[in-house]
Amino acid sequence: MYTEKVMDHFNNPRNMGEIESASGVGTVGNAKCGDIMRVYLKIEDGMIEDVKFKTFGCGAAVATSSMLTELVKGKSIEDALGITNKTVLEALDGLPAAKIHCSLLAEEALNAALWDYAKKNDIVINGLSEPEGHEEEGIYVE
Amino acid sequence: MNRIYMDNAATTPVRAQVLEEMMPYFAELYGNPSGIYQTAGVSRSAIYDAREKVARVIGASAEEIFFTGCGTESDNWALTGACATYGKGGGHIITCEIEHHAILHTCRHLEKKGVSVTYLPVDEYGIVDIDDLKGAIRDDTFLISIMYANNEIGTIQPIKEIGEIARQRKIIFHTDAVQAVGHVPIDVRELNVDMLSISGHKIYGPKGVGALYIRKGVRPGNLLHGGAQERGRRAGTENVPGIVGLGRAIELAAAELEEEAARLISLRDRLIEGILSAVPYSRLNGHRTSRLPGNVNISFEFVEGESILLLLNDKGIAASSGSACTSGDLDPSHVLLAIGLPHEKAHGSVRLTLGRYNTQEEVNAVIRDLPPVIERLRSMSPLYEDFTSAGKALLR
Repeated sequence: MYTEKVMDHFNNPRNMGEIESASGVGTVGNAKCGDIMRVYLKIEDGMIEDVKFKTFGCGAAVATSSMLTELVKGKSIEDALGITNKTVLEALDGLPAAKIHCSLLAEEALNAALWDYAKKNDIVINGLSEPEGHEEEGIYVE
Repeated sequence: MNRIYMDNAATTPVRAQVLEEMMPYFAELYGNPSGIYQTAGVSRSAIYDAREKVARVIGASAEEIFFTGCGTESDNWALTGACATYGKGGGHIITCEIEHHAILHTCRHLEKKGVSVTYLPVDEYGIVDIDDLKGAIRDDTFLISIMYANNEIGTIQPIKEIGEIARQRKIIFHTDAVQAVGHVPIDVRELNVDMLSISGHKIYGPKGVGALYIRKGVRPGNLLHGGAQERGRRAGTENVPGIVGLGRAIELAAAELEEEAARLISLRDRLIEGILSAVPYSRLNGHRTSRLPGNVNISFEFVEGESILLLLNDKGIAASSGSACTSGDLDPSHVLLAIGLPHEKAHGSVRLTLGRYNTQEEVNAVIRDLPPVIERLRSMSPLYEDFTSAGKALLR
């Protein structure tokens, strides 16, 4: 049911882990529906120097998190903002219809991490808006 | 790679002895049982033999056995048929929250037609409370349908007690015994069961065949209309090879039941103990002893079921899960929620169901291969990270 790329990213996740004293951390999702994604960013001079993720979820959730980190690593904040769920989906050669929401979560996790970075540094990032939903124990719940 | 199949509650392979007995009825003995010529008679008597075999195993008589297309059809027939005869356009059905969807979705459908349905809750082990059942009975209750054993967590219900109550109160009692027949001894007379659903492919018989036991004197309305097959109760040309296969499969299962159940219980308990002792923050779902011989269902905190299944599949292990991601919608198993599991624990459940081809070596291999899978997924889990850092903070 999954493409080869999805299975590759699930079996060999890229950039899995944590960044200590990260510039920004974003956690999105909902244990109720079974997916929680956390993205850590290390940002220097407006560039995403490093990125890591942790994910509780299905194969698609893990693969989209992994693919997202590959796509944003080394990019400027501006370029990273251009990465949407569609970009992630295409990079994975697609997902089953029931799993599309997982790719939305990846985009939201990145936005939440960037928002955290902006808040911590008291800066405004053009084109970035506050994550939707409400915060529960540090997790943005849809 | 050695493949280990531990999803026997989903389906089982057709046994060689069963297949052998079915084979002639595809191309050689193909006569339509409704005909009057010689080959028709051969098919007819093959069906008769199979009917006797099924009846013998559950303590019924042959004329009380009706062959169907699957367990789901048997459930649909029992419920909608009882409604047509005894519901009189309304009435009340009692069932429980952890039934198979073949029962639950049929009940939802009947509710739209004006029937009222009580879905009894279950306790933390998945067992229906007898006092709840007594309390739910109304003057217009015409049917109680409680499954014999649960397909996900293996819990066996107090069927005999339910049967007694139903008989005393003159209410029809149906039980979905798809997971139980051939695995635990069943006697419909002793249990006071009026209707009982059976499926072929859960007992090393073929897919596409089931049966409904209907006690003499009970008259559910027909589900399928057409020809006069199955004494006018279930239309449609008989699946002769399938019926022959079901008959042989159930006969074999019953003959070996005692020995095989003892063997499976020993494997099951070893698997449960092995996993629970190797993996912290894991729990057994369902009852420890009032449980199907081959059923193991365990929740692992902080991880999600589909991911576990994918990694187990890489190690050659076939299992299933109650996670949302394996069900096609966003909710995890209704059974695990009904026994009181919070969503995140329900998402992290794995069902391993043992069968006649599983060995001690395979059980050992799962006990060896499963814990690293959980450990790996926990190392990726933000929930586990939060849990462990909260723990560290407490120790500080």
